[in-house]
Amino acid sequence: MLTKQLSVFIENRQGRLGEVLSVLKDNKVNILSLSLADTTEYGLLRLIVNNPALGKEKLAEDGFSTMLTDVIVLKIDHEAGSLQNLLTVLSNNGINIEYMYGLSIDGDEAYVVLKTSKMAEADKVLSENGVKTLSCEEIAAL
Amino acid sequence: MIWNEAKECMSRDELSALQSARLVKLVEYVYHNVDFYRKKMQAMGLEPGDIKCIEDIEKLPFTTKDDLRDNYPFGLFAVPHSQVVRVHASSGTTGKATVVGYTRKDIDIWAECVARCLAMAGVTKDDIIQVAYGYGLFTGGLGAHYGAEKLGAMVVPMSTGNSKKLTTMMVDFGATAIACTPSYLLHLAEVLESENLIKDIKLKRAICGAEPWTEKMHKEIEERLNIKAFDIYGLSEVMGPGVACDCEFHKGLHVCEDHFYPEILNSTTMKAQKPGETGELVFTTFTKEALPLIRYRTKDLTSIDYSKCECGRTSARISRFKGRVDDMLIIRGVNVFPSQVEAALIDVEEVSPHYMIIVDRVNNLDTLEIQVEVNPQFMTDEIRGLEALTKKITHVLNQALGLNPKVKIVEPQTLVRSEGKAVHVIDKRKLY
Repeated sequence: MLTKQLSVFIENRQGRLGEVLSVLKDNKVNILSLSLADTTEYGLLRLIVNNPALGKEKLAEDGFSTMLTDVIVLKIDHEAGSLQNLLTVLSNNGINIEYMYGLSIDGDEAYVVLKTSKMAEADKVLSENGVKTLSCEEIAAL
Repeated sequence: MIWNEAKECMSRDELSALQSARLVKLVEYVYHNVDFYRKKMQAMGLEPGDIKCIEDIEKLPFTTKDDLRDNYPFGLFAVPHSQVVRVHASSGTTGKATVVGYTRKDIDIWAECVARCLAMAGVTKDDIIQVAYGYGLFTGGLGAHYGAEKLGAMVVPMSTGNSKKLTTMMVDFGATAIACTPSYLLHLAEVLESENLIKDIKLKRAICGAEPWTEKMHKEIEERLNIKAFDIYGLSEVMGPGVACDCEFHKGLHVCEDHFYPEILNSTTMKAQKPGETGELVFTTFTKEALPLIRYRTKDLTSIDYSKCECGRTSARISRFKGRVDDMLIIRGVNVFPSQVEAALIDVEEVSPHYMIIVDRVNNLDTLEIQVEVNPQFMTDEIRGLEALTKKITHVLNQALGLNPKVKIVEPQTLVRSEGKAVHVIDKRKLY
């Protein structure tokens, strides 16, 4: 199952990240996970939030360059080797990882956010291998 | 429509005779009324009687913006203050403003020239025209205003600074024409698009000037707003907008040659270029009373065509401007015009036509940074994608400029959309 990630392009300027977070706060958009990819000139803030559409709308209103991106949020066992097993499955099917970051860890379970080269295929391969992927609603309920 | 067929379509021979007569009169006038010119002519051993026909113009001295600055504010006026009914001022590139003055007759002739230009662009008394140049010291607002009134159009004096009000009135009044800078018009197109108002406007034509713009920008304006756009030229020293304008054939801007005499000179040797060759545009004002200027160096680069236009006008046409003598950047030994950057960027669909050039010198090496905004539909959250785009833009600019710039993607709507003259260059180098 594919879900939506909220992505924001941020120039490397003092206070800019704070301004993004402040818009989300003002609109009660709760962040479940984030990753900040940075270059010397700009950063890409990737967010898993409880309401990505609202986040995008409000950020766009404030002039931010923002977009919704398809990603997969999946559940893996919280034990050594489980992520590696998963990647092997994708790799064996010719699917590359564009980027990946952890979502939250709760007891024995861990969640991973994945963006791959072939999203639909990745989704299919994962479900065929019995991997649990989460919907927007399920993420919001975490 | 041709506003003044007798003047705009007269034969070149008749025009030349008129210009000769007017030049002789002008030289006598400035010799006796402006100390600056009398002294200059005396120093060169020239007397008014030495100027007998238009060809003798090359004997005369030049006038520059520095001369106006040195005689700030009214030193070059040829009439007492009691005869001056208005002054305007243009931004001095260095130091004080450049001040220009007009008698009542000057204002009338100015309106006549602007009316010719508006008519050339197809504006008639049936049009509702929004004048969105700044009203005030800048010549754009009042200049266009008087010309549009002379033509008999319904004038809406918007001035600048309130795009929301302008677009609302454009829709509510059913405005059919607008006069503003081309960059501001693109900004208005953005506003109209974002409010989904394009379908509600009745705009048919735009008369754009006060800053150079490229053919690509012209096309973009026409396509985004579904209008016809025309290029009007002028500078406050010579008069203001209305010195020249392009007609529906867009084969150069017709100069109001019975009032302003254009020369195209090699800016190094100051000798005349042949028709078609690029050079510095120099103007002599034939009929101005308050601030007559002899061979004023505009620093604008263009070429000239004396052939008769398909529209029927015989007036000389100057080409779309190729830059300014003083706007040219020399970066790592390469000449760069901002207009080249703009033209190159319009070919890249992923970015908006707004840009900023930042020139600096680091460790004795010139650096050229060009900031661009990515159009929303092409934005990506993958660094790989942004890097590929940066590389593409760098390549396009490299091809256009012969230089490898550092391209920086900035957030949308952060580059200056100037409501006056757009500033596209920050040169941090101290070369002089």
